[in-house]
Amino acid sequence: MSNVTTVAAPVRAVRQSEKTHREVRAFNGLAHIALVFWALVTAGPLIWVVLASFKTNTEIFLGEPFALPATFSLETYFSAWDQAHIGRYFLNSVVVVLVATAGTMLFGAMAAYVLARYTFFGNRVIYYLFVSGLAFPTFMALAPLFHILKNMGLLNSYVGLILVYIAYSLPFTVFFLAAFFKTLPHEIDEAATMDGASHTRKFFQIMMPMAKSGLVSITIFNIVGQWNQYLLPLVIMQGQGAEEKWVLTQGIANISTQAGYHAEWSTLFAALTMSIIPMIIVYAIFQRQIQAGLTAGAVK
Amino acid sequence: MRHGKYPFIIGFLAVPVALYAIFVVAAYIQTFQLAFTSWSGFGPITYVGFDNFVKLADDPLFKKSLLHNGYLLILLPIVTIALALVFAFLLNVGGGSKGGMTRGVWGSKFYRVIFFFPQLMALAIVAVIFGRVFASDKSGMLNGLFPDSWAPWLFLADERWALTCILAVLVWQAVGFYVVLFSAGMGSIEHEVYEAAALDGATRVTLFFRITVPLLWNTIQTGWIYLGIAAFDAFALVNIMTVDRGGPDGATSVLAMMIYRNTFEYSQVGYASALGVVLFFLTLTFAALTLRVTRREAV
Repeated sequence: MSNVTTVAAPVRAVRQSEKTHREVRAFNGLAHIALVFWALVTAGPLIWVVLASFKTNTEIFLGEPFALPATFSLETYFSAWDQAHIGRYFLNSVVVVLVATAGTMLFGAMAAYVLARYTFFGNRVIYYLFVSGLAFPTFMALAPLFHILKNMGLLNSYVGLILVYIAYSLPFTVFFLAAFFKTLPHEIDEAATMDGASHTRKFFQIMMPMAKSGLVSITIFNIVGQWNQYLLPLVIMQGQGAEEKWVLTQGIANISTQAGYHAEWSTLFAALTMSIIPMIIVYAIFQRQIQAGLTAGAVK
Repeated sequence: MRHGKYPFIIGFLAVPVALYAIFVVAAYIQTFQLAFTSWSGFGPITYVGFDNFVKLADDPLFKKSLLHNGYLLILLPIVTIALALVFAFLLNVGGGSKGGMTRGVWGSKFYRVIFFFPQLMALAIVAVIFGRVFASDKSGMLNGLFPDSWAPWLFLADERWALTCILAVLVWQAVGFYVVLFSAGMGSIEHEVYEAAALDGATRVTLFFRITVPLLWNTIQTGWIYLGIAAFDAFALVNIMTVDRGGPDGATSVLAMMIYRNTFEYSQVGYASALGVVLFFLTLTFAALTLRVTRREAV
């Protein structure tokens, strides 16, 4: 800023203060209207789902989507739990995501660490092989993936699903963590080596704790990503008795189709509510970490 | 010091590289190979050269799907980024200046928490919800809100609007994420920059276009690529929400839906793989073009 403006500005500012004040107030009002509008657009459908889960079919078809239900009864929830097996799907999802994310983090961190901090023949080739996976859309390779799993006898099994989750989460995990491990200081590393720590011990006892913030972000990223997977389970969990093993996204999609045939809309809304509420609770508690974790990839 | 380095490296890389090679690399390579065959998913594999690609060029559904992906590819990033930038700006700088400090509007933290939540939800669940929101009778949320005198809107059952409904859902889910992302970027812009500009008499609109947008350019560029890649997908929405999964009459068909159906329902694995190859090159071209077109000198 040049000297001229610094001197001139306060004078102009005083003259304009009245006008600016009014402008700010009007702007502020408009800003709030816009923000409230979008908050309603975001929360509206979710509130509507919760309300509709307590309504009878007749009430749902009456219109007035945001009217309170005539009676509050948990009957629809029991039927969503029993007949629509929402509890089982939920549990399946939890187990699959827990194991798959743990595996992703372990193997992803191991690969990223070695690729980031050791020089050896083939290092760059392996690194770029992992990173290039980011450029390929998952559904492009559906047919070969299906047949690879079929040939290995892993179709319609959690082992298959979990291994595939891990494999498809590796590119981003390795890419992100390798960048992170690179930034860790070398002095501590060298000191540990002098003290006779083995490579493996150095990794688990020194590097992993130092990389904690990066590991937390990417763990959250993977949990959310794997929890929300729909395409991969759809491809892998098919065949005899697959319904028992479905994950939540598949289960909900199926209940939606079934509800269309039997016109049991309130059961569908109860199932939706039960799948959303735990997410809201987790989000309310870890809101800051979740936002940081999910945006970490884009900021990098 | 170098003692035991190679056994360690191999030990650490073996499992991740093996998993990745078997389930990802091999699958992608086979897609390229199968694209030149007429394989049905069973029995012997016959190579047919470029037949699948020739067939693609004449397939009206492929042209339609390509157009639909193009529609999403152009509009999803534009609408989402524009909305997210405006909201992020209002949240961070909208509060006006008091005592020389620009601040966010009242309750900005609360808004951010609400806006972000849809990003956490699975697209499949979002699809089920919006399938009902857009229901074409009074049971739908929107038709329920409309006055009784209106004839019910068809939404997803209307060829002209079905794809726009898909777009709306994608925007609904994505905006909050970019509000948070852009907010983080705006937070790192020095307050002094805004104050200096405000002292010079810059209006809010000027601040937005002359300071916020240029300083956030890198983040916007990243967002553009992410949203573009999301626009190539849209499988969950089309598969769950739309009439006849891609209808009515192909009005919401997208490449991902075609690949899925050809693989698992029409037993045309060769053809599906050719579609996959086309999709791969489209994604790559898009990413390269975006990086090139939006490149600018650092500010």
